[in-house]
Amino acid sequence: MAKLTLSMDGMMLKEIPLIKERTTIGRKPHNDIQIDNLAISGEHAVIVAILNDAFLEDLESTNGTNVNGQPIKKHFLQNGDVIELGKYRLKYRSEALQQTSQADFERTMIIRPGMMPKSPGPGDAKAAMNDTQAGMPPPPLPAVDRPIARDPVPEPPAAVLRGAIQILSGANAGKEMELTKTLSTLGKPGVQVAVITRRPHGYFITHVEGATFPAVNGKQLDSQAHPLHDHDIIELAGIKMEFFLKD
Amino acid sequence: MDLSQVLEIVSRTDPGMVRAHNEDAVYANSGLGMAILADGMGGYNAGEVASGMVTTLLGSELEKAFKQPETRLIDQDGRQQTRSLLEAEISRANNAVYQAAQSQPQYAGMGTTLVMAVFYDNAITVAHIGDSRLYRLRGEEFSQVTRDHSLLQEQIDNGMLTVEQARTSQNKNLVTRAVGVDPSVESEIHEYATLPGDIYLLCSDGLNDMVEDEEIGMTLQMLSANLALAATQLVQMANDNGGRDNVSVILVRVKREFPAPQGLGGWLARLLAWFK
Repeated sequence: MAKLTLSMDGMMLKEIPLIKERTTIGRKPHNDIQIDNLAISGEHAVIVAILNDAFLEDLESTNGTNVNGQPIKKHFLQNGDVIELGKYRLKYRSEALQQTSQADFERTMIIRPGMMPKSPGPGDAKAAMNDTQAGMPPPPLPAVDRPIARDPVPEPPAAVLRGAIQILSGANAGKEMELTKTLSTLGKPGVQVAVITRRPHGYFITHVEGATFPAVNGKQLDSQAHPLHDHDIIELAGIKMEFFLKD
Repeated sequence: MDLSQVLEIVSRTDPGMVRAHNEDAVYANSGLGMAILADGMGGYNAGEVASGMVTTLLGSELEKAFKQPETRLIDQDGRQQTRSLLEAEISRANNAVYQAAQSQPQYAGMGTTLVMAVFYDNAITVAHIGDSRLYRLRGEEFSQVTRDHSLLQEQIDNGMLTVEQARTSQNKNLVTRAVGVDPSVESEIHEYATLPGDIYLLCSDGLNDMVEDEEIGMTLQMLSANLALAATQLVQMANDNGGRDNVSVILVRVKREFPAPQGLGGWLARLLAWFK
C-alpha cells in the first residue's frame, strides 16, 4: 500500500501506511497523523485515497501546506512528492512501485462498487471497503505469470539518438532534415514513399508504397525494415540522400 | 452483400514484452464487414479462455446471421435490427462465459472487454464493453470514438481528475463493465455514418497505455497507404515503449461507399420512401 515517511531536519521519525480512505493530519490528538507542534493547525490537512491514488487537501490551515516547495490547496500526489507542514516533511510513496510481480502491473481488472481489487492490508479499514465478497465465487489464486525475455530489447543507448537526412540530388539538394520524431516519411505519396522509424536502439527504413523499393548503398530493399547506419546513402523516387548520426 | 472489395482489414495481436500469455483475441471478416477485439482478464490464463470464447462465439453467430438476407434487410428499422442482433449475441456470449466461469474453479471470475464494429449501408455500428477502444481517422482528424467503461473515465467525467492527472493515476486498467462476470451485461452501441477514406482502429489498452493518442494518429496518417505496415508499426511502438501488456490492433479502411442493396424485401422501404 501507499505510505508516508515522516521526518524533521532530515531525521526520519516514522513510517505511516495509508490504509484508510481519509488520513487526517494535525496537532489535535484525534488526527491519524498527530504532529504536536504549534506551527501545525489543529486540523491541518487530509489525504483522501481512491484505491491506489491519493489526493492531499489543505484544511484552511494557518500556515498552509506545501508540496515540493509549492503551496497547495488540493494536490494529486505523485510518487516521491514531499509534503511540507512547518518543519515536518512527509514523503509520499505510491503503492505500484512496491509491486512484487511486474507482470501484475497493467493487468485489466473489473471493479465493482464497494470492492477493492487487491486484498486489504492489515488493520482493515472502513466503509468504502465493505466486503461484498459474500455472494461471489472465491477469488482465484494469483496467476504465476513470469515475465519472459522476448527478443530482448538491447540496452538503451547512453546518448539520445539524433539522426538526420541530407538531400544530395534534385531540386532540394543540400537541404537537411532532422529525424526527431518517431516516424518520418520520405518521397512522394502515391508514387513512392518510405518511412524512417526512430527506435530506442537505432533508425530503420521501411518501404511504405510504390512500385519500386528504396535502395540503400546501391542495394534494393525488400519489404522488411532495414537498419540504417551512419553515412548510408538512400535512393528513393530518383533522389539520393545521406543518413547520418549527429555526434 | 460482399464487402471484401470495400473494406481493407488488417489485424495484429502480440503478447507484448512482459507477459508470457496473450489474453487478447481478434477476429475479422471483411466480406461480412465485421471486426471484433477482446482483452481477457482472470487468474491463471483464464483471460485467454474468456476472450477466445467471446470472439469465436460472436464471430460464428454473426456470420450465420449475416449470411441470411433477411437479417440485412434495410427497412425503417434497418439500423435497429443490427443493434438488437448485436445485443442478443453479446448477451448469449456473456452467458456462455459466465456459465463456464461458474462451473470451473480455475475460470472463476474470468471476463473480457469487447469492442466490435459491423459495417453496413455506409455506416458503422460499434458495440463496446470495458476499456478496449475504437478510434477513427478521417482526413487529418484522429479521435477516440468509444468512451471507456473504467474508473478513471468516470473520475474524469465527474471532474475529479483531469485527463493529465489520469495519465499518472495508479488506478489504470480498472474497468466498470466486462463480459462474463455477471449473469447479464449492458453493452454500449452506437451507429455512425462512414465516408470513403475513413480508417478505423480497434485496439486493446496495451496500445493506448503505451503510446500517446497523438503518436497513434500520426502513425496512421503517415502510413495510411500501407495498412499492414501501420499495424506492425503500432505494435512495435507499444513494445518499444515497454510493452507491459498484450497489445492488439485491428485496422479497417473504407475504400468506397457501400449503400445497402434494396433487394426483394426492400419494396416496403421504397414504398415508404416514395411517400416521404
